[in-house]
Amino acid sequence: MGSGSRSLGPSRWTALAYVLPALVVYAAFLLYPLGRSVHLSLFDWDGLSLATFVGLANYVEVVTDEGLRAAFGHALVLIVFFAGLPTVIGLAVAAVLNRAKVRGLPFFRTVVFLPQVLAMVVVGVAWRRIYAPDGSVNAVLSAVGLGDLGRAWLGDTVLALPAVGVIGTWVQTGLVTVLLLAGMSRVPGDLYEAARLDGAGAVREFFSITLPAVRGELAVALTLTVIAALKTFDLVYITTGGGPGNRTSVPAFEVYNRAFRLGEVGSAAAVGVTLTIVIFVINLAVARVGRQRT
Amino acid sequence: MLRRPAVVTLALLAVLLAACTPGSENVGAPPPADRTVQTDIAALGPVTLTVWDQEVRGGQNAQMERLNAAFQQKHPNVKIDRVSRSFEDLGTTLRLAISGNEAPDVVQSNNGRSDMGNFVAANQLLSLEPWAKAYGWKERYPAAVAQYVSYTPDGKTFGEGNLYGLPQVGEVVGIYYNQAELTRLGIAVPKTWEDFEAALATAKAAGATPMQLGNVEKWPALHVLGMVQDQLVAPEQVTTLAFGRKGAAWTTPENTQAAQKLAEWTRAGYFNEGVNGIDNDQAWQAFSRGGSPFLIGGTWLAADLEAAMGPNVRFMAPPPRAGQPVSATGGTGLPFTITSGSDAPDAAAAYLDFITNADAMKVLTETGNLPVVETAAQQPAQQLSKDVFAAFSAVSDGGELLPYLDYATPTMGDTMGAALQDLLAGVQTPEQFVAAVQADYAAFVEKNG
Repeated sequence: MGSGSRSLGPSRWTALAYVLPALVVYAAFLLYPLGRSVHLSLFDWDGLSLATFVGLANYVEVVTDEGLRAAFGHALVLIVFFAGLPTVIGLAVAAVLNRAKVRGLPFFRTVVFLPQVLAMVVVGVAWRRIYAPDGSVNAVLSAVGLGDLGRAWLGDTVLALPAVGVIGTWVQTGLVTVLLLAGMSRVPGDLYEAARLDGAGAVREFFSITLPAVRGELAVALTLTVIAALKTFDLVYITTGGGPGNRTSVPAFEVYNRAFRLGEVGSAAAVGVTLTIVIFVINLAVARVGRQRT
Repeated sequence: MLRRPAVVTLALLAVLLAACTPGSENVGAPPPADRTVQTDIAALGPVTLTVWDQEVRGGQNAQMERLNAAFQQKHPNVKIDRVSRSFEDLGTTLRLAISGNEAPDVVQSNNGRSDMGNFVAANQLLSLEPWAKAYGWKERYPAAVAQYVSYTPDGKTFGEGNLYGLPQVGEVVGIYYNQAELTRLGIAVPKTWEDFEAALATAKAAGATPMQLGNVEKWPALHVLGMVQDQLVAPEQVTTLAFGRKGAAWTTPENTQAAQKLAEWTRAGYFNEGVNGIDNDQAWQAFSRGGSPFLIGGTWLAADLEAAMGPNVRFMAPPPRAGQPVSATGGTGLPFTITSGSDAPDAAAAYLDFITNADAMKVLTETGNLPVVETAAQQPAQQLSKDVFAAFSAVSDGGELLPYLDYATPTMGDTMGAALQDLLAGVQTPEQFVAAVQADYAAFVEKNG
């Protein structure tokens, strides 16, 4: 090593001393479990007896097993409901609230944000009642003369997954709205004034000023909601248990099912690791797009 | 910049490679088959027994507290340290608990392959054979009941081999009926399976919903299929399939017929609308409010239905086809087992004996439970309990008590549950249903031998 690096030496050790406490906690509760999961995913193990090394067979199963592939597919559908729809709705709601400068804005903000505060289990139980054959959705439908469309929503072979997704939309919209509102409030008012003098309407203002201004907030909102969509477990566990058939099973639910109920720990670990990679890759893409042009 | 993450990764890899194969810390020698048994508990000195149970509901908790108190009074040198969890919580934590260093002495373990079977295979449970001779457990439990707690020592064959657990209560899936509703519809209580089907048709024609079913959880429909199958398929066939043994098939005309019958009932509107979107609790609650004469369900619903409906609810074993013996799906409550890690197996065995003897069966009756043995000798107070006791003893002595279908393979509950939801929704044909179930069964049997 040259003399330059020696002069850097002490400060480098000091820096390490500063990050060490955090690093120890991070390593003990995150890096080690992650490494251990990767390790376990290479074995065929029932959680009790001696495991057999199977190499990448568990990962091959993730790709080839129809049920597991379907579970990842369902998670992708849920992204539309957990991240896509809330972003669109949140943008609209935030733009209107921001522009109209409504009285009682804190009240609206609280109401919209409320689902975020509730435990997912509570949300699941409440929505199970709403979707029940004698629940509110069907009651509203028959009140407006559409009773024929009523059904047991969570038991419907086609609509169960969207029904679960809509719950996610309801939960995530508040988060997105509040994030975007914060971003929009930072946009200086004279920008809008200038645009208006140039003859821009509300729509033009939105696309030319508001949307570019909240690009960073959008990226944060998308990152959080996409992660929420991909790691959904409690909602599915409470509302459908993966049914009907396996039409609402998701990777996180499969991890639980395999590890704790079926005693297929290795396979569960492989699904978990794959899920981690998928989340990582998707969010990397979101972050890339969010960072461009800023 | 790139070098430091690389170093961390390498260090991590080294740690991983050094770590041993998962499970190697659990592997012990199989417990000795012939041990000398000590039944004089006072001679053991001070002992603490840690017991994990799932007897958390009203009557279950009451019997456990009474029996534990009585046992400690009889054996002052034994202290019971009771850990009580819900069924779900017990199921998901037991695997880690019994393979740990501080394993409990006595645990309640589910009978099926993914629990008891796996534990036996991993040498985590003690065979009860040595104590069975000393305490006469083989005489206490009839073979029809003992099969539910028996495995071969390798854990591969379910239903025969050594005794690994003792159950306290019995279960049977039968038919609850609403007496007032039957009277209103002018239907006599069915005596045969043919009567029952005719009653369903009559009820439907009169505008009632003949049966309530809530199947979000996927297992409720397994019980309905089991009941239909028990009437159409030979009992040995059902037993072989349900215990996951070699030598039977789901793709027989009889099994297909059972699936067809279920599809036919659904098409005819014998169940409520949207069965896959309603949970089991909602279904029995709907039944208790009237409007449906029948509910297919297990004896575990009796206490709740009694509370909701009083003398109006009755219970019967599935009525057999004309000239056939009564035959029903059922089994035992979760059996109590002794872990290999127990440091006081003799005291644990004395405890198992105490909570399943004739006096214990009386306590179980008094606290509203269904004792698994000596059922006919009990005198329950309520009409519904009398029905339940009569049905269970008719099926377990002299009838055919057939195992739950999801016992067959570790994944059968999932496979059959999903396939049945599809069958009930009409998106799978009965032929596709039996093919899906057969695939799971055949794959397991081939691997298991």
